[in-house]
Amino acid sequence: MGKLTINQREFDIRADDDTPLLWVLRDELGLTGTKYGCGKALCGACTVLIDGAPRRACVTPIAAVAKQSITTIEGARSKLAQTVIKAWLDLDVAQCGYCQSGQILAAVALLEKNPHPSDAQINEAMDGNLCRCATYVRIRTAIHRAAEQLA
Amino acid sequence: MSSTISKLSRRDFLKAGLAVSSGLTLGLRVGPAPADEVMPFMPNAFVRIGADDAVTIIAKHVEMGQGIHTGLATLLAEELDADWAQIRVEAAPADGSRYDNLNWGGNQGTGGSSSINNSWLQMREAGATARAMLVAAARLPIPTPVKLKEAQDFVYIGRPLARTDGVAKTHGQALYTIDLRLPGMRTAVMLHPPRFGAIPAQVDDTAARAIKGVHAVLQLAEGVAVVAENFWAAARGREALKVEWDESRAITLDSQAQRAQYRELADSAGHSLRADGDAAGAFATPHKLVEAVYELPYLAHAALEPMNCIAQINKTGCELWYGAQSMTSAQNHVAHLLGIAPAQVKINQLFAGGSFGRRADMRADYVLETVRIAQALGDGQPLKLLWTREDDMRGGRYRPAATALRGAVDAQGEVQAWQQRIVCQALRGGGVPKDGKVDKTLHEGASDLPYRISNLAVDVHIPEPGVPVLWWRSVGHTHTAFAVESFIDELAHAAARDPLELRRSLLRDDPQRLAVLELAAAKGDWGRPLAKRRGRGIAVHRSFGTWVAEVVEVKLGDAESFTVERVTVAVDCGIAVNPDVVRAQMEGSVGYALSAALSGEITFKNGAVVQGNFDNYPLLRLSQKPAIDVHIVPSSAAPSGVGEPGVPPLAPALANALFAATGKRWRTLPFRTPSAA
Ligand code: FES
Ligand code: FES
Repeated sequence: MGKLTINQREFDIRADDDTPLLWVLRDELGLTGTKYGCGKALCGACTVLIDGAPRRACVTPIAAVAKQSITTIEGARSKLAQTVIKAWLDLDVAQCGYCQSGQILAAVALLEKNPHPSDAQINEAMDGNLCRCATYVRIRTAIHRAAEQLA
Repeated sequence: MSSTISKLSRRDFLKAGLAVSSGLTLGLRVGPAPADEVMPFMPNAFVRIGADDAVTIIAKHVEMGQGIHTGLATLLAEELDADWAQIRVEAAPADGSRYDNLNWGGNQGTGGSSSINNSWLQMREAGATARAMLVAAARLPIPTPVKLKEAQDFVYIGRPLARTDGVAKTHGQALYTIDLRLPGMRTAVMLHPPRFGAIPAQVDDTAARAIKGVHAVLQLAEGVAVVAENFWAAARGREALKVEWDESRAITLDSQAQRAQYRELADSAGHSLRADGDAAGAFATPHKLVEAVYELPYLAHAALEPMNCIAQINKTGCELWYGAQSMTSAQNHVAHLLGIAPAQVKINQLFAGGSFGRRADMRADYVLETVRIAQALGDGQPLKLLWTREDDMRGGRYRPAATALRGAVDAQGEVQAWQQRIVCQALRGGGVPKDGKVDKTLHEGASDLPYRISNLAVDVHIPEPGVPVLWWRSVGHTHTAFAVESFIDELAHAAARDPLELRRSLLRDDPQRLAVLELAAAKGDWGRPLAKRRGRGIAVHRSFGTWVAEVVEVKLGDAESFTVERVTVAVDCGIAVNPDVVRAQMEGSVGYALSAALSGEITFKNGAVVQGNFDNYPLLRLSQKPAIDVHIVPSSAAPSGVGEPGVPPLAPALANALFAATGKRWRTLPFRTPSAA
């Protein structure tokens, strides 16, 4: 129904304006790194960055982000994002891996705003991103490590 | 085992030699062959060496987060002397003749924390054989049996190698069922009955069909399927359905009533599973009598990727794509449904976004649902069924259990008698089976009580409330360990003995259990004084061949709130093939078990599941995760599994810690409020 800017590329979109961004990314554009976990902004698996801020794609109609810059895990190429991904790999955070695109993008958004988050600030920023495999200990450590490496 | 390793022809071997020369660290060179002769070298069902130097390991077990791809690759690469950087992992197709779980003979599947254990020799022999073929060069045949390395020569086994699936999973590139798109594929969403046992009676699909992208609406035995171009259209189509249900056979279960019924059953003698000594006699005149009832709710597995499957039916049979835990059993179910041979059911294994037992459903529920929709469509095109979170939560469940325990302590503080009565649903229906063989998932961890108590009785009641049940990460041990390890703590306090010391005295003949217990106690600072409003609890349990002990530290907050601050884990799983994966599984198991202990509960109201999503079935969050130390007992024994055994000790250790902090017993899961003074 219009255009979307995703990972710095412009896409023509066929879906209706009220379609959630998640399903446009996944079913129309084949950007399947963004996951479905709950459909109700309760798990964070669908987290993408909208102008750098984390948003739940499952409850974001495409019309609401038509003019903004959307980043998905496939486009997480900034130095900061690469540092976060590297920290994730060094600690082998992922188990089933299903939540990790969302976790990584949420961590990128946090570090973008706050280069040295405390544990409490990590809790606040990351608490909406559920990990059923409970990789939380490593997620926290990876965020601290990425922060150190970016300093 | 070596029967699965096929012979390689000399010609194939020589061709392979060229491809292999730089992919392995054998320093091996075989004379040049014409370029067009270079082809993949596939000495057996588990490894392929390509012209591009990649060593591809074929994994017969599904990777659902537990790290099994890495583990299997480690075993094979170790004996092959392959360069770890060249290792790739590919999922094996369904073929029980080559890829069966050796612990389950003929059955291909993943579960019961058995993957590493059953593959330990098989994958190493596959690697060693391939290596022998390469080294022997023209001197075929290769020696049998092939010689395996001694433990002191291991290069990869025992090292924290990076997971083989890490890169794909941190770049959003790992392929899960939900991600796969095949040409001509449609997506289906199913409207399930609101209560187990109901069936669709009257379907008005006019509005659903009018939605753009909806292709078909199908009334099936399981419910009403909406098939569309994509998920969103299917989901909107489902919302627009108007369905009247025939609820004449639907269950009317109510959780409160069920709880009362289970407690009542726990008051009467059940089917005896064990009777040592004279428990009744010992209870006649106890110095101290302790009685307790422990209650556990139904639990959903709630893997983050909801259940889903892709099926295509064509002239040659049926092809499936999904994260499959029970491959042979699914082949059989699908073959039966379609009237074809199991071999005509091809399964393509994909990554599973968690499972915890759910994807091993013995009735292949969501797989059959997918096939039925594809069958009803009859167009020969691939069809993806995607369950929403709500479908998943209302279709996946565990069993509630109640366990009544009585114990007698004498004047010297010795435990004289132990009587355990379990009320729990069985995986295969209610009542005691005619052959007397009671489903072991009701009593594993209880009927084989490790504590040396001479008067011991265990019996069971097996009700059938009409709720389909299934194994849930650590299966029967979830409920038996909670009851047993809580109650031994209760007895210790009744006998005025330290809970660690009492366990120690009753475990004199069980050195491995004692060893993890002592290790967890030492590392978890057992006995060291704690600040006010804090408590420490301990528990130990063996499941799937692995011993785990945990020490939990809690801190009380306002009112009845508490925080789990620290968990110390000691594990004996034989040789830790990859110690970092072992640690990760312990960390994950503690989190999974803690999630259940703090808030996991599926309830029924008039036959319908109350919970549907993460708002009313909350999962553990990052801020709730305690610090976790994992200590691995050094061992030279063959490895046992680590996916599940970290779960059982957590809830009782937490209950015991809460008792230490509050003086109240926490006997009903989840621990929202203390259940008894
Ligand atoms: S799928 Fe969007 S928050 Fe769960
Ligand atoms: S790694 Fe499995 S849900 Fe997070």
